[in-house]
Amino acid sequence: MDQEKVIICKNLTKRFGDFTAVNEISFDITKGEIFGFLGANGAGKTTAMRILCGLSFPTSGEATVAGYDVYKQQEQIKKNIGYMSQKFSLYENLTILENIEFFGGVYGLERKEIKRRTEKLIDTLGLQKEAKKMVGELPLGWKQKLAFSVAIFHQPKIVFLDEPTGGVDPVTRRQFWDMIYEAAASGITIFVTTHYMDEAEYCNRISVMVDGKVEALDSPRNLKEKHQVTTMDEVFYLLARGAKRSDN
Amino acid sequence: MKQLLVFIKKEFYHVFRDRRTLLIMFGLPIVQIILFGFALSSEVKNIHLVIADYSKDVKSQKLINKIMTSEYLLVEQVNLNYQEIEQEFKRGEVKGALIIPVNFSSDLLHSGKSQIQVITDGSDPNISKTITNYLTAIIVDFQQQEALSDQVPALLSIQPEVRMLFNEEGNGSLNFIPGVMALILMIICTALTSVSVVKEKEMGTMEVLLVSPFKPVFVLIAKAIPYLLLSLANFTLILLLAVFVLDVEVRGSLLLLYLESTLFIITCLSLGLLISNVTNSQQTALLISLMGMMLPTLIFTGFIMPLENMPKIFQVISNFIPSRWYYLAVKSVMLKGLGFSYVWKETLVLTGMTVGLLSIALKKFKVRL
Amino acid sequence: METVTLQNIVKTYNNGSVKAVDDVSFTVKEGELFGLIGPDGAGKTSIFRILTTVLLADKGQASVAGFDVVKDYKEIRASVGYMPGKFSLYQDLTVLENLNFFATVFGTTIEENYELIKDIYDQIKPFNNRRAGKLSGGMKQKLALCCALIHKPKVLLLDEPTTGVDVVSRKEFWEMLKTLKRQGITILVSTPYMDEATLCERIALIQDGKIMTVDAPENIMKAYPTKLYAARSREIYRLLLDYRSDEAIESSYAFGEYLHITLHNKVHDGLSKLNEIAEKKGHVEIQVKEIKATIEDSFIRLMGEKEAKV
Repeated sequence: MDQEKVIICKNLTKRFGDFTAVNEISFDITKGEIFGFLGANGAGKTTAMRILCGLSFPTSGEATVAGYDVYKQQEQIKKNIGYMSQKFSLYENLTILENIEFFGGVYGLERKEIKRRTEKLIDTLGLQKEAKKMVGELPLGWKQKLAFSVAIFHQPKIVFLDEPTGGVDPVTRRQFWDMIYEAAASGITIFVTTHYMDEAEYCNRISVMVDGKVEALDSPRNLKEKHQVTTMDEVFYLLARGAKRSDN
Repeated sequence: MKQLLVFIKKEFYHVFRDRRTLLIMFGLPIVQIILFGFALSSEVKNIHLVIADYSKDVKSQKLINKIMTSEYLLVEQVNLNYQEIEQEFKRGEVKGALIIPVNFSSDLLHSGKSQIQVITDGSDPNISKTITNYLTAIIVDFQQQEALSDQVPALLSIQPEVRMLFNEEGNGSLNFIPGVMALILMIICTALTSVSVVKEKEMGTMEVLLVSPFKPVFVLIAKAIPYLLLSLANFTLILLLAVFVLDVEVRGSLLLLYLESTLFIITCLSLGLLISNVTNSQQTALLISLMGMMLPTLIFTGFIMPLENMPKIFQVISNFIPSRWYYLAVKSVMLKGLGFSYVWKETLVLTGMTVGLLSIALKKFKVRL
Repeated sequence: METVTLQNIVKTYNNGSVKAVDDVSFTVKEGELFGLIGPDGAGKTSIFRILTTVLLADKGQASVAGFDVVKDYKEIRASVGYMPGKFSLYQDLTVLENLNFFATVFGTTIEENYELIKDIYDQIKPFNNRRAGKLSGGMKQKLALCCALIHKPKVLLLDEPTTGVDVVSRKEFWEMLKTLKRQGITILVSTPYMDEATLCERIALIQDGKIMTVDAPENIMKAYPTKLYAARSREIYRLLLDYRSDEAIESSYAFGEYLHITLHNKVHDGLSKLNEIAEKKGHVEIQVKEIKATIEDSFIRLMGEKEAKV
C-alpha cells in the first residue's frame, strides 16, 4: 500500500446557527484504505460525509478529497468520487443496462468505453440473463451489489458508502464485502458507514464520532485492546454511551 | 364517543399545525376570489372596437363621435367592410364591431326606426356583455339627444341588434362566484381529506389504528367531520369576500345557501374518502384529487365555458359532475334569489350522488390492509 | 400454553407470483420473548400483519392469545400491542398528545396502566410537550413502545423496532423488552440484526419466506454440524482468497476481524491444515483457532443448505 493521502481533514467544522454539527474533526485516509466511519445517530456523520462529497461547505477547517479542496473545487471532487447509499441506489424502473448507461453518461464516459465496461461488469456479476430486466425486479442483495458496481463504474479514486448493507442477508452481505475488498485492492479508497459492528471490523481503520467529534480513530484491533474488550460493539457502546445529542 | 371526539381533536391539531394545509385552506379562496374577481371583472376599460359605417352621413358620424368619447371603448378603425371586420376578430385584438347600415339616417328620419348591428367576440363572454351594455347605453343616450335637437318624435328608436360571435347565449359576469365556491370546496374537501387519510397509511399509524378496538369506520367519520366544519368556515370566508370585496349581493335565502353547500361538502368528502381507500401514497391521492376533480370542475361546471356550446358528449358527461349541480343551485339561490322549489332537482341529484359515493366509500373501506 | 401459533401459513402477492410467506409454522409460548430473525424481504412483516389481522393469509391457520386471526379479529385487535415496522407516530403531535390519543383510542387512560409504562415513560417525560417529529430515533422508539403498551396488552408484536437505530439505543431497547417480559407480557419481535438473536429466549431464522429453524439460540449454535475455525493474518483479504482456492476448505468468509472457515470432513487436524495453507502462501502474523458458531454462522450455514436443496 503506498502512502498517498486521498482524504485529508484538518479541524473540519460545520455549524448550523449555534449548533455545531461537526466539531473540528481531523483525519487522513490513505489510498486503497477501507475506512469505517461510525457514530451514533445524530453524531454528525452525514454532515461530515456531505462535506467530503462536495455537497456542502464547511464552516471552518481544511479538507481535500482526491487532492481537491472542499471549498473551491467541489466539481472536481464530484468527478473523482463514487457514492452509494441504502436509500438511493438505482432507478427501479430502468433496466440494468439502462442504469449503467445512464450513470456512465452522468460521469461523462465515452459511449464506446461505457459499452466495453458494461460487458465486463455484466460478466463479472454473472447478470447476462438479467441485463434487460428492470432493476426493481431484482432481489435486494443483487440491487445493492449492482449499485456498488455502478458507484465505482467510472473508476473513482474514492467511493463513499452510506450504510450499504442495511437489511441484507448475511451471505449477500459478505459477497458485498468481497466486492469492497476487491475494489480496495485495485486502489479505490473506501469510506463506509454501517450499523453492523462486525462490519466495522472489516475496515482497516475506523473512526467513531460522538457529538460532532471524532472520539476514537484506529484499527479495530487497537481500539479493542485499548478499551480491553473483545468486540467492536462494546467499544462503540463505551464511546457512544455518553452521547448527549441524537438525531433530528 | 369519547374516542371519536379525541380523534376529531387530533385532526384539528394536524390542520392547524401544518402551515401548508392552512395556506391551501384559507389562502386559496382569497387568491381565487381576487384573481377571478379582477380578471373576470365586468369593469373593463379600453376595449378595442371597430366600426363599419355604410351610412356615412352626419347622423352616423355623430354617433361615431359619441362612441369615440367613451373612456371604455377604444375605437380602432372606421370604415371597414364585413370581410375586414371578420379578419380583425380573428386576429383577436378587436373585441367588438359596430355596423351602421346604409339607410341608417333615412330610416330614422322616415320611419323613426333604424337598426344597427353590434358584433362581439363571444369567446370572452364577459367582455361581450360589457360592450353590448356600453353601446346600448351610448345609443340610448344618442337617441335622446337626437330627439331633442331634431324634434323627431321621442318614439324614435334605434334597436341594436346584438350578435355574440362564438358564444351566442353569453354568460353573466358574476357567475364565477358560485363557480369558485364549487372549485374551492371541491379541492379542499376532496384533496385534503384523501391526503390526510393516506398520510396515516404512509406513516404506519393506520395499521396501529386498525389493530385497535377503535371501529375502522370511525376513522372515516372522524376524518370527515373536521373537514366538514373547516369547509363551512371556508365557505363563509368566500361568501364574505364575495359580498364585501366584490360587492355581490346574496339575493336568496342564506339558510338555503348553507344547506346546499353542506350537502355539496358532504358529496366532496365522500369522494375524498373514496379516493383515499383506493390509493396508498399521498402523491397519488393529491394527483387524483386535483387532476381528477379540479379539471372536470373547471370544464364541466359551466362557469368558465358555457356548457351549451360544448359537444353533446361533454354535456352528457357534465351531468355526472357534482359541482355542476351545486353551481346551478348556488347560482339560482344566491344570484337569482330563487327558493327551494326551483332547486329541488339539483338538491335531489346531489343527495343521490352523496348517498352513492358514501356507500361505495364505506363498502370499499378495508378493515384490513 | 401457546400465545401465538402459526400453522402452514402461506401468503403470496401479485396473484401468486411472489411468495412472501411460504408454509410457515411456529408457536410462541406464554410469557416468552421470541425473535423472528431474517433479512429484509424474508417475510417478517407479512407474518406480523397476518398475526395482527390486517392481512389475510392465503392458506393456513394462525391464532393470537387464543383467538383466530380471521374469525376473531376484533378480539385480537383489542388484546395486542403492535408496533409496525415503519411506525412513526403523529409527527406533529406532542409526546403527551400522542400518548393520550392512543390511550383513548384503546379505551383507556395513561393513568390506568401507568405502572406498566412508567419505566419507559419516565425517560421521555421531560419532553412531554415536544412534538414527536422533533424527538431522536431512540426517544421515538420509546414513545412508540409506550403507545403500544398503553392498554396493557397480553401480547406485544414488534416489527423491526431496532432497525436504523444506533447500538446504544438498541441496547436500551432490549433492556426494556426484558423488563416487560418479567411483567408477563408475551413478546414477538423481529430484527434483521443477527447479534440480537441471543437476547431472545427462542428464535426462528427466516429467509425467503421460509423458516429455516426454530429453537433457543444456544441450541441453534450448538447444533452447528461441523467444526468452525477462525483465522487471520496481516493481509486478511488475500488470506480469504487463498483459503477459498484450497480444496480442503468447504467455506471461508469474513467475520469481524477474522475469517470463519469450515473444512471438508476428511480433514482431521483442521488447525494445522489452516496454518499450513497460510504459511505456504507466505502470510505473516497468522493466527488460527477453533471457535463456537454464532447465530450468524448458523444462518449462513442454513442458507447454504437450503440453496443446496433447491
